[in-house]
Amino acid sequence: MAIFSKSNVPRFSVDVYQNEYLPEGGRLVNAVVTVTATGGGTIGSAVAAPHLYSPGEGPSAAVVLMVDCSGSMDHPPTKMRNARDATAAAIDTLRDGVHFAVVAGTHLAREVYPGDGRLAVAGPDTREQAKQALRKLGAGGGTAIGTWLRRADRLLASADVAIRHGILLTDGRNEHESPEDLKAALDACAGRFTCDARGVGTDWEVKEVTAIASGLLGTADIVADPGGLAADFTRMMETAMGKEVADVSLRLWTPAGATVTFVKQVAPTVEELTDRRTEAGPRAGDYPLGSWGDESRDYHLCVEVPPAAVGREMLAARVSLVIPHPGGASRSTAAGGGGGSVQNLGAQGLVRAVWTDDLAASTSINPQVAHYTGQAELAEVIQEGLDLRKVGDMDGATAKLGRAVQLASASGNADTAKLLAKVVDVVDAATGTVRLKTKVEEADEMTLETRSTKTVRVKK
Amino acid sequence: MSPKGDGAARPAAPGPQAAVPGIPGTGAPAYPAAADPHPAAPDAQSVSASDTAPTGADAAAPVQGAPVQDRPAASGAGVRLDRRASDEGGGGGDDYTLQAPDPRVAPEPHAAVCVACRAGRVDDDGYCENCGHAQPRERDHMEQERGPVAAVSDRGLRHHRNEDAFAVGTTTLPDGSPVSVAVVCDGVSSATRPDEASLAASRAANASLLDALPRGTHPQQAMHEAILAASEAVNALADEQGVEAREHAPQQNAPACTIVAAVVTAGLLVVGWVGDSRTYWIPVDRSAPAARLTEDDSWAAQMVAAGLMGEAEAYADHRAHAITGWLGADAYELEPHTAAFKPDRPGVVVVCTDGLWNYAESADEMAEAVPADAAERPLHAARVLVGHALDGGGHDNVTVALVPFPAVPQGAGSA
Repeated sequence: MAIFSKSNVPRFSVDVYQNEYLPEGGRLVNAVVTVTATGGGTIGSAVAAPHLYSPGEGPSAAVVLMVDCSGSMDHPPTKMRNARDATAAAIDTLRDGVHFAVVAGTHLAREVYPGDGRLAVAGPDTREQAKQALRKLGAGGGTAIGTWLRRADRLLASADVAIRHGILLTDGRNEHESPEDLKAALDACAGRFTCDARGVGTDWEVKEVTAIASGLLGTADIVADPGGLAADFTRMMETAMGKEVADVSLRLWTPAGATVTFVKQVAPTVEELTDRRTEAGPRAGDYPLGSWGDESRDYHLCVEVPPAAVGREMLAARVSLVIPHPGGASRSTAAGGGGGSVQNLGAQGLVRAVWTDDLAASTSINPQVAHYTGQAELAEVIQEGLDLRKVGDMDGATAKLGRAVQLASASGNADTAKLLAKVVDVVDAATGTVRLKTKVEEADEMTLETRSTKTVRVKK
Repeated sequence: MSPKGDGAARPAAPGPQAAVPGIPGTGAPAYPAAADPHPAAPDAQSVSASDTAPTGADAAAPVQGAPVQDRPAASGAGVRLDRRASDEGGGGGDDYTLQAPDPRVAPEPHAAVCVACRAGRVDDDGYCENCGHAQPRERDHMEQERGPVAAVSDRGLRHHRNEDAFAVGTTTLPDGSPVSVAVVCDGVSSATRPDEASLAASRAANASLLDALPRGTHPQQAMHEAILAASEAVNALADEQGVEAREHAPQQNAPACTIVAAVVTAGLLVVGWVGDSRTYWIPVDRSAPAARLTEDDSWAAQMVAAGLMGEAEAYADHRAHAITGWLGADAYELEPHTAAFKPDRPGVVVVCTDGLWNYAESADEMAEAVPADAAERPLHAARVLVGHALDGGGHDNVTVALVPFPAVPQGAGSA
């Protein structure tokens, strides 16, 4: 409980796991990079007790809650009530001094509290006023999530704070704007705030919700039973309150003639980052990692380098962590990595390539790399299997989901294995022999799809 | 570079060995026998080296190589201790204790330009900021000459770092006669930080010898102690490896290396070793036979010694080069082998790692590779020998030290 000694700015460390040995002529260098942020000696559970921060002790932050108030939220009526309760629970979890607002989302965005384009500052009075305002929330209208996000962005930008975060709840499809509109809104908001997204019930589109979380570097999940919303919202807000630094980027330097094959987060979830590169000087690029509390994430890099003679050694990549726009005051939406001041967070990791004629050395695969290659394939085959199942290709779906069962079992990903077992009957997990269940609960299928990217770490 | 041998594969301990391979059993061998490297064997008690060692004048007589007991402490009475270390020898040790350059204290100059692409600068980690190539390290190629002793070490063509190390030096015995020292170590590549192990071991053994010899310690005893000192230095590396590191990678071996060393006085030649690094005796007069003076601590050597396999069969086995003895915290019971010889004619002692002898295995092959003027131009000869290994493929790090026999007073060495 000794949170008082905790520093507000976490210390970052970078660890590289790789087999640096390549055979003669070898080009592909794989590495798993673990990035860990620690806040000065206290345990990670500090984030679970945010109320122990006194005002001013935690980082300055602003949060906007976006609650779906479309007509469907009244079916069943408990859904709207649960959403109100969950939002109230999240407001109770706000640290004193944090800026916040509540937006009711329909085919347009309406500021429920405090209104007029302002943010309230969390305290006993404002919390109470906000909860009063929530009671007036009713259901009616359509769904245009892009407008909610743009409103949240405008509100969050009005505060001079370190952490900007959104929490979004929807129960239906994004029917009242085009997919392009939502995509444009996500692009406009990317890098300006982070956002967790939740789908309640089973009438929403998994790919829409996961795209919001992915684009805005937050988490996605399903809350199939609206009764579970309050607990989930509390947890989400606790995590948001635990964030200590925003806009961290992974800076990757690679040598001349090298190409970055891919960069992806592989723990706690699989998240493709390759295409989110912003150039950052000669042979370097930045990949956005979002905001960090006390936590650890793993990234899988693959770099293709020009081969060198046996016995030679090359630096295939240098990994460092930077905040491209320290202070966060004047942030731009487009690539701004080139100019301005950049705060380097100190930690770096070296990914090496060493050419050898020792076959035993060059053919062994690093256990971390092997593990996360498997976890990434797991997420992929679940997605493919469910897509094939939807279009009626039962043989294809069985093959993909069978492979998923095999991978989940072999890697010890018990949570995903359990979710798979609700969609297929497992005959033999080791060989991936499965039969598709004839009747699958919609909630089970959506849960599997939403959580397919969750990974486990290597058993040590 | 040899992997450590599997303890379970270790054959039964071979019996005492006497013969030096490559020496004809009859005729007039200048070099008939090596000392029994196994201390358990009772001493053959022929000529006590210490009786004649300080006086090199009688070397003209074909004194038979004298098997001297492994631990001559008991017979140390013959060694004169009429001068204290501080009188004469003390300074010698200090001068030569830090010969091998430490790459960590001599980083690349910051503004250096890459040797690979000639376009980028070299960063603090030793890589080119443009093409990423690692820059040559100090240890990639090392040369040193101390009086009449010279050594050269090279990374070779197939390994990315040099895990060999050497140390050479000269000092004087209490009677004022010169003595040359050479130590060569080969890091065990399957262990962690083999480069640090070889560096620590070579420095510690050299320092120990240069300290003990001027004080009158018998060279063979000094050799025994030097190997123990080297062993302690390598063990200390394992200790300083943090608890955290050990928990992170418990499967990693403790740092380890081989060692081979030679001490040459006016009349005596003492060698000591653990592992598969070797010494060879190459007489200046090539009509006399050359000889290998060490017996590898290797799987193949043990199989042959135990009579379980023929030499050809044993060396063709994939386990042939697995070493059965090394310095390091995880070593089996440490058995420093030492042997003393009294060559009856001038020659040169080749002290080397397997990176060289893989390309000149037999004593005759080695003699062929050693230039005729090796005793006069040891540094040149050492370079030639490294070149021989590189021409052969340079598959391993290559290190060789050359020590002319007999030792001659400083200044009178090279002609």
